[in-house]
Amino acid sequence: MGENVFRSPYQMRRWSVRHAHLLETIYGLFHPVLRLLTPLWRTIGLTRVEKPLLVIENAIKARLFDCQTCGQCVLGQTGMSCPMNCPKSLRNGPCGGVRDNGACELDGEMPCVWVLAWQGSRRMRHGQNILDRLQPLDHRRIGHSSWLEADALAGQSKRDGRRV
Amino acid sequence: MEPVSDAVPGDPAAALPPLPGHNSRGRLERLLRRGDFVVTAELSPPDSADPEDVYRRAAVFEGWVDALNATDGSGANCHMSSVAVCALLNRLGFALVMQVSCRDHNRIAIQGNVLGAAAMGVCNILCLTGDGVEAGDHPDAKPVFDLDSISLLDTLRAMRDESRFMSGRLINTPPQIFLGAAINPFAPPLDYRPHHLAKKIAAGAQFVQSQYCFDVPRLREYMAQVTDLGLHEECFVLIGVGPLASAGAGAWLRSNVAGVHIPDALLDRMRKCGDPQREGRNICVEIMEQVREIEGVAGVHVMAYRQEEMAAEIIQRSHVLKGRRPWKRQP
Repeated sequence: MGENVFRSPYQMRRWSVRHAHLLETIYGLFHPVLRLLTPLWRTIGLTRVEKPLLVIENAIKARLFDCQTCGQCVLGQTGMSCPMNCPKSLRNGPCGGVRDNGACELDGEMPCVWVLAWQGSRRMRHGQNILDRLQPLDHRRIGHSSWLEADALAGQSKRDGRRV
Repeated sequence: MEPVSDAVPGDPAAALPPLPGHNSRGRLERLLRRGDFVVTAELSPPDSADPEDVYRRAAVFEGWVDALNATDGSGANCHMSSVAVCALLNRLGFALVMQVSCRDHNRIAIQGNVLGAAAMGVCNILCLTGDGVEAGDHPDAKPVFDLDSISLLDTLRAMRDESRFMSGRLINTPPQIFLGAAINPFAPPLDYRPHHLAKKIAAGAQFVQSQYCFDVPRLREYMAQVTDLGLHEECFVLIGVGPLASAGAGAWLRSNVAGVHIPDALLDRMRKCGDPQREGRNICVEIMEQVREIEGVAGVHVMAYRQEEMAAEIIQRSHVLKGRRPWKRQP
């Protein structure tokens, strides 16, 4: 793959994919802590806790992955390459338009996020997860923190629905 | 040799009688399941509201192909909708593959369209992600991509097999459809591509049609992996082929149409010959002959964009049908 044709803004994405194994390990340690904290967050109030949590989550993930805050993070299944950076937001693998040099069909200067995802997945312990099929995005969750538990988020959505 | 003798006499649009082990009541699934090497072709819908324009475009393929693909805003350009093209041609008795792209419709619109299409006689649906809006004549349009090709397959399979929408709400009469998807064995990441096909099969793909094949050795490598995984036994693989009009057209295709891979040697051959258009057809025929012999290939999909009138000649010269004559209207 011709690495030099890609602009430097994508260097961080490449770094994350190269260090997919390390990031997977860190997340493996971090995730149980998040789960333990869920009852505490429920007590404080999910809406109240989400704002500061989102600031921290964004600060880290925007830098490492160009996170788009879809609220349903699947980096563990996509080789630490954020699928929301795909212009078609594909969550189940690359489209057929990837260029011979591995660039996106719509932006010749951007490496295809799924080419990176496949590379990253090969470095991960649970890299086979990339072969799982993912549900389409729940558009109600966009802009929410994915560090809150999935069931908490579902509850959040329902509460939001009732308020509206 | 008429492939289907059990059609209802008098009504060319009538569905075929149901058969055990078949999901649809169309010709394409029957031919594939009984082991015939099939030929499908791409029909470009017109920029017109006149049905005659659709009939004219389809007529050149009649008697040479087993099904016609009606594209859905291909290249993100606006044309007559695929559902309308299918409805018009189904009345005459053509077998259609309705392409559905995720670019322009959300999950509500797509599911509704599929019910309507099945009601109007569509038996085959090809599930596509679709080209990005930036590629077409309305780059300022909103790209929808609510679903992707795989979640679309999952959705349509559930509509058919479980009689329910994505929401879980029940469907009274489910669509009887044979589900297809697209593959590109020639685009990176090459070693992932066979796994992507496996994913599509798991989601519901029963047949796949590939991007243009101009590189047979690379296709052989891909198909070897596909057969190793046993995927050719779960899904019918049709390989995309088409004639290049000139070396320039090939170079344009390679750099402007996403995912088309053309080796330099092939363009050189086009450049050096006296009659490039003829050479383009020769190359296409050679590729078809080679593709037919590859294990796991169930048919070819002819994309003769702007050379549609050449399709019959190419199919005939390649002998891929081995003397079989596809459906034709009774005189």
